[in-house]
Amino acid sequence: METRNDIVSANDQHDGHHAPGEHDGDGHVGHVHGHIAPRRPTRDQLQHIQGWGADLDRKNRPGVPMERTPPRFINVPDGDPAPQEQHVEVLVSTERPGRTPLFGSVQPPSGLSGAIRRLAFKSTENDVRHWLLLLLADRVNVVEGIGDDLAKGKVPNILAEMGIKSELKHNPAGLAKKVALGAAVIGVACYLMQRRGRRYR
Amino acid sequence: MLAMNYRGPYRVRADHKPDPVIEHPGDAIVRVTRACICGSDLHLYHGLVPDTRVGHTFGHEFIGVVEEVGSSVQNLKVGDKVLVPFNIFCGSCTLCQHELYGNCHNTNAQSTAVGAIYGYSHTAGGYDGGQAEYVRVPMADVGPMVIPDDIHDDDAVLLTDALPTGYQAAEMGDIEEGDTVVVFGAGPVGIFAAKSAWLMGAGRVIVVDEVEYRLEFVKRYAQCEVVNFKEVKDMALHIKKMTDWVGADVCIDAVGCEAAGNTMQTITGVYTMMQAGSATVLHWCINSVRKGGNVSIVGVYGPTFNAVPIGNALNKGLTLRMNQASVRRHLPRLIEHIRAGRIDPKQIITHRVPLEEVSDAYHIFSSKLDNCIKTILVPPRANEVRAVKASVQH
Repeated sequence: METRNDIVSANDQHDGHHAPGEHDGDGHVGHVHGHIAPRRPTRDQLQHIQGWGADLDRKNRPGVPMERTPPRFINVPDGDPAPQEQHVEVLVSTERPGRTPLFGSVQPPSGLSGAIRRLAFKSTENDVRHWLLLLLADRVNVVEGIGDDLAKGKVPNILAEMGIKSELKHNPAGLAKKVALGAAVIGVACYLMQRRGRRYR
Repeated sequence: MLAMNYRGPYRVRADHKPDPVIEHPGDAIVRVTRACICGSDLHLYHGLVPDTRVGHTFGHEFIGVVEEVGSSVQNLKVGDKVLVPFNIFCGSCTLCQHELYGNCHNTNAQSTAVGAIYGYSHTAGGYDGGQAEYVRVPMADVGPMVIPDDIHDDDAVLLTDALPTGYQAAEMGDIEEGDTVVVFGAGPVGIFAAKSAWLMGAGRVIVVDEVEYRLEFVKRYAQCEVVNFKEVKDMALHIKKMTDWVGADVCIDAVGCEAAGNTMQTITGVYTMMQAGSATVLHWCINSVRKGGNVSIVGVYGPTFNAVPIGNALNKGLTLRMNQASVRRHLPRLIEHIRAGRIDPKQIITHRVPLEEVSDAYHIFSSKLDNCIKTILVPPRANEVRAVKASVQH
């Protein structure tokens, strides 16, 4: 790629002028200068850019001002939504007065991971333990997921779930490397365990 | 129905699960015709977002056909073809009243720090997403938009997140005529941010990434300069050199918590999760932008904390702006851009995969195999013409 990583100043790029300071590869400036404003390209120089300047005028930008009221483009409802009926356990942040009118109801907390999540929701979002417990629950939940699969008579095909078919198709060399590395790690671990076993025999 | 099913970090599969049902009079059930895998889905896929439960269905970029509506829905009818913004929002809370739909306070019971998002963990509300045959769409009168006849479905699905997020990234950079804009990340959002920077009158757009084929693509698609950070000793220094030692006027973080480029950040932010993701791009943004410049962040980070050079931001007098995109407010203008031919979103789509092969689709996207930039998942019933069900009374 011709433009990539060629150290080109804005002046060089657009006007053919020299860079204001000579510098070596480590970025040390050869001489002191007070130039702080790179020259900008003219409109003519930018005309080849597709759509250039279509939103130059801020009034064309939908997010200017950042907070705009009343809202445009939506059918503004009358008042807050009616409360959704609750049929499953929903954990609620302690940083709000109660449940929101609308909420997600999928995968309610269950099992050990659910217990950890309930514990996490006793602390505020401001407390880092809240998030760390949720991450712990996620990892426990993965083991529970495998257990659930087995309980339903389904042996999870973990390699397929990880997309091994596409790895084999698009990155066979990388897959071979990973297999070799994995085999080496397992081999070394087995060897060390064997040695340790012999020592204590 | 068939749906993507999260089983743990790096493990997903297509499984059958019960169809979603109307749970609120304002709900609709949408039959999904196309769903994308978003770069931010990879944070879930890699197990980095707290409260991502096994069995969850991801997918916050989708379009489809309305199959059922709740009793209070007035603006949508069965059979409408809709694009569904990734934000789940009520339209009536104070934040929605200010068009901050990504920050709605009425739809996520589980976290005040995050708005509600389809299929984005219970931290983002605990709603299943659209990488499925059917999806529950709450507040159907407010969120979804009927797709205009002249808008291609592939463009419509990119209007649900990737394009508005990239556009908002540029907008939050408050770009002025002639500005030098550096976009970190050549994924779909970074590509659209680069494109949008030109719309706002940038004088120079530079995109930084490490993936060669993506740099080649963005250079051609967004007519920008590109830098491969693997070939650069120090990113901030390189940007200074490229900008007459001043720094960029605007830096955009379109990467987020899994940024490569700094081993220590990767170890502490990704492998050991001692911070809420790698803060590499935040460092690059703050240190590469000029004094008094603007940093715009749309890359997603976790909810805990990151080590960032906030002192430099203070001393340089920077403006930092960030948010989840408020998709709905951008749609009319972005549709105008598509109609005028200023932007052709669907060009970034590289893969179209049946939902049944979701495991491979995630792996290809995550590992950047086969020159993947954007993947569309197509559910088995996507093209089915079905007898429409009667509206359901709640």
